[in-house]
Amino acid sequence: MDFWDILQYAAWIAAGLLVLWMVLDAIRVSKHFSEDVLTSSQEGIDELAVQQEQHRNGR
Amino acid sequence: MSDVALKQAADQTTPSVINLKKVLGPAHVWALGVGIVLVGEFMGWNFSVGKGGAYGSLIACWVVGLLYTCVAMIDSEITSTVAAAGGQYAQAKHTTGPLMAFNVGLYLVMAYTMLEAADVLVIGDLVTMGAEELGRPGVDPHPFVFFMVAALAFLNYRGVFMALSVNFLITAVAFVSIIILWVGVHPFSPGEITQHAEMLAIQPLPELSNVPGLPYGWMGVLASFQFGIWYYLGIEGTCQAAEEVRSAGRSLPLGTMTGMITLLIAAALTWWICAGMLPWDYLGQALAPLYDASKMSGSTFLHVLLWVATVFSATASANGCINDASRAWFSMGRDRYLPQWFSAVHPKYRTPYRSILFLIPIAVAFGFTGLLAQTITFSILSGLLGYTFMPINVMKFRRKWPLGTIKRGYVHPGHPIPAIVLFILCVATLFAVFLGFGAQLLAMMMFYILASIWFVFHRYKYVRRGDQFTMAWPRPRGY
Repeated sequence: MDFWDILQYAAWIAAGLLVLWMVLDAIRVSKHFSEDVLTSSQEGIDELAVQQEQHRNGR
Repeated sequence: MSDVALKQAADQTTPSVINLKKVLGPAHVWALGVGIVLVGEFMGWNFSVGKGGAYGSLIACWVVGLLYTCVAMIDSEITSTVAAAGGQYAQAKHTTGPLMAFNVGLYLVMAYTMLEAADVLVIGDLVTMGAEELGRPGVDPHPFVFFMVAALAFLNYRGVFMALSVNFLITAVAFVSIIILWVGVHPFSPGEITQHAEMLAIQPLPELSNVPGLPYGWMGVLASFQFGIWYYLGIEGTCQAAEEVRSAGRSLPLGTMTGMITLLIAAALTWWICAGMLPWDYLGQALAPLYDASKMSGSTFLHVLLWVATVFSATASANGCINDASRAWFSMGRDRYLPQWFSAVHPKYRTPYRSILFLIPIAVAFGFTGLLAQTITFSILSGLLGYTFMPINVMKFRRKWPLGTIKRGYVHPGHPIPAIVLFILCVATLFAVFLGFGAQLLAMMMFYILASIWFVFHRYKYVRRGDQFTMAWPRPRGY
């Protein structure tokens, strides 16, 4: 087994671990947060503009 | 993220609404657009030389450059106003209607996912090629294809700021490497390393052409347009960052237009270097012409630099494509054009994590096929169909909301000339694609027609029609 063989195995393993981490994290997030919260994103809402407006109004 | 940390986040800081994070600036927008495209200077554009000769490729570079300048100008105006993830999908939704939006969204996802697959496929081939040059033939590209998709998806999963900051760095290195190569081949000493006079003295084929320098005549020049697209394909991807930039009205036009200028410079330098160092009949079918030119220069430094830059350019492109495809998919899920499950935003990283995850196996599957030409053709055709609808959308946009009725971050000059020019050039380029890939073009149009039928008869009933129009604009003129 030479350097390139080791590199190929390392790439398979690293890729598998990264995908596994993402899948497990996604499952954990889904368990801890409700679907309504996770899918609550709204188009056209500019949080920064709202914050700036509140800042200008002294709130 | 540990269970405890997640629980704490859920208990203490869960807001009622989780949006994408607004953290990007003009440099990130530039990195997204140029990052996706720049790989096209390192490979792909040169097939236009095979179709129309070196001069034909240069004409394609200018004409298709004009097409993309129109795309960049129109996109900059609409997206500086419709600041939403999904880019052209969100534009079409507001200006034309759901069926157009569905098709545009699908074009975007397909164009970027297929381009991502082509990019990682190239990276796998480059690793195999590099190993061969170091004396180790037979290295399998598949683990590197899988690793690149997984690593870049991981980067995108964890946050858009880091993903596009990395893109800025590697894109800048790739762009600077083209300039270094240009300086390295002594541009002010013609004939020393570059041999333009000799290389460009192309004899036309008598039965096809009587124009000096154009081996297949003007029809060859037209045919070269389909590969001239590689010089710029993907610059319109800047629009996908619309919901995550701090100031859409400033960052998007600035990042997109500077990106377009960068690409025009890169395309011109690339053509000049390669046309002066590689015979046109070799250049027309080379895998990585800039890398070949670096080898021809005789400099080990340039040789190594251009190998690294080629890998960086493909990596930046794949990274930007993951970002863009996931935003388009996410945005369609949010409007229920697709299952709403895809519109979830990660509470910590504020990224569309389910869309990122969902597209991984698709990119890996196409990357594993090894079919570079077919994969990239699918991407180009999807992109081109999207551009063809842009003139219609911008005409409707200007008619429904004339200048002065809504706030625009950028107003593109000379309307409707850019829209008309874009439409004519898109039709010409579609004809050029038909000449080379007629069956694929028709098959793909059939795919989109079937998808549209599915949307109209099945999916549209789930769409909340009133919620789609999200911009705080006055009632459109005529309604």
